[in-house]
Amino acid sequence: MRRRTKFNINPKYVLIVCIIICISLIIFSFRFGDKLSPVKEAVGSVITPMQRGINSVGTYISDKFDNFRNINDLQTENVKLKEQVNILSYDNQLLLQDKKELDQLRKLYKLDQQYIDYPKVAARVISKDTNNWYSTFTIDKGTKDGLQKNNNVIAGNGLVGIITEVHYNYSKVRSIIDDNSNVYGEFSKTSDTCVVKGDLQLMDKGKIRVEMINKDAEISDGDEVVTSKKSSNYLDGILIGTVSNIVLDPSNMTKTAYLTPVVDFERLEEVLIITELKEPLID
Amino acid sequence: MKRLLVYFIEIIICFIIQSAMFHYIALANIMPNLLLILVVSTAHMRGRLPGMLIGLFSGLLVDLMYGNYIVGLCALLYLVIGYLVGMTHRFYSNDDYTLPIIIVAVSDFLYGFLYYVFEFLLRGRLNLLFYLRRLILPEIVYTVAVSIFLYKLLHMINNRLEHNPDEEV
Repeated sequence: MRRRTKFNINPKYVLIVCIIICISLIIFSFRFGDKLSPVKEAVGSVITPMQRGINSVGTYISDKFDNFRNINDLQTENVKLKEQVNILSYDNQLLLQDKKELDQLRKLYKLDQQYIDYPKVAARVISKDTNNWYSTFTIDKGTKDGLQKNNNVIAGNGLVGIITEVHYNYSKVRSIIDDNSNVYGEFSKTSDTCVVKGDLQLMDKGKIRVEMINKDAEISDGDEVVTSKKSSNYLDGILIGTVSNIVLDPSNMTKTAYLTPVVDFERLEEVLIITELKEPLID
Repeated sequence: MKRLLVYFIEIIICFIIQSAMFHYIALANIMPNLLLILVVSTAHMRGRLPGMLIGLFSGLLVDLMYGNYIVGLCALLYLVIGYLVGMTHRFYSNDDYTLPIIIVAVSDFLYGFLYYVFEFLLRGRLNLLFYLRRLILPEIVYTVAVSIFLYKLLHMINNRLEHNPDEEV
């Protein structure tokens, strides 16, 4: 074992200097979080292409593993799905009839309300947070595809999360199951508002928490929660999930419930980003 | 010089594999902490200074790519762990594969615990036992399992560099 003799600095002093650097970095990033963005951008634009490469290898391998899955599973699933198709097509027909009726009624009342068809961009999830504590992930689209901070991210027909940071060729998304996430929601049936909060302790059950429901709200298990008009960053009317386990809080003022998201966060590979921002409220 | 380059490449490779590849093989949503293994093994094999520097830089990389607005916390944790493990360098022996694994387990616990304190306890999440059972302990088990192989690899690389006569940082 050879020892270095040229620069014999006591590591203790280096440690102290490094700790001071770290702490000042923490304070600096707390105070001026946006100033570090160019540095992050530089690091990210080097690392992201490599991640994309490795990620495609990972996708390939996991696809191959999936192929080995028991064929029986697939068959039973097929039967189930066929049943579901029948049920759904029947439901669809009913809905179409309802829709015709609705259209007529709307014309009648001249309530020609338009559901805005938001412009969307598709993106691929290329990497997830390196530690196990948070649920943020990176997608392979950025400012060059017209994304902005606070764009909403959806998959299928449900809310996934929101873009917290956007760079030239990648962006970071915080999902609604993240421990730090708070979303203003409302019950689509009764328009009672609530707050949907990510919770690490419930993540295993595939659930998140709903708080601040008015105690008089007439809701029951299975009711749908959508994003609220009151929310400042989320566009309204996006489905979040269905509630269950509604209980009255000890304070006797509000109710709390669990919410099952409609999006399967375990197998999230492709997401859609709505490139329209919610218009800010102007005083 | 060569050694610095090797360290740099090791950090990048560990980081990329961990962020882009491991969530495909995550068991129960838990990923092994490759960067920690890298920091701990280097610190154990080379001493306090290299351990500290590797910890600082890999922590900064994590912070810059994935930090929740706070840059420097991971760097601080990895730095301290690198320094503390570097003190065990005097027990380092070329053919001992058990002690490093134990050190990895202990420092992963330390990392998980400190991370909980800084990021969760300060936000009022008091249920330590849950986090211990659900995140910290599984991560230790998984990390230790991976470190058995990774330490051998890193040890090999270190020995190869050691035997190179003229290159020394």
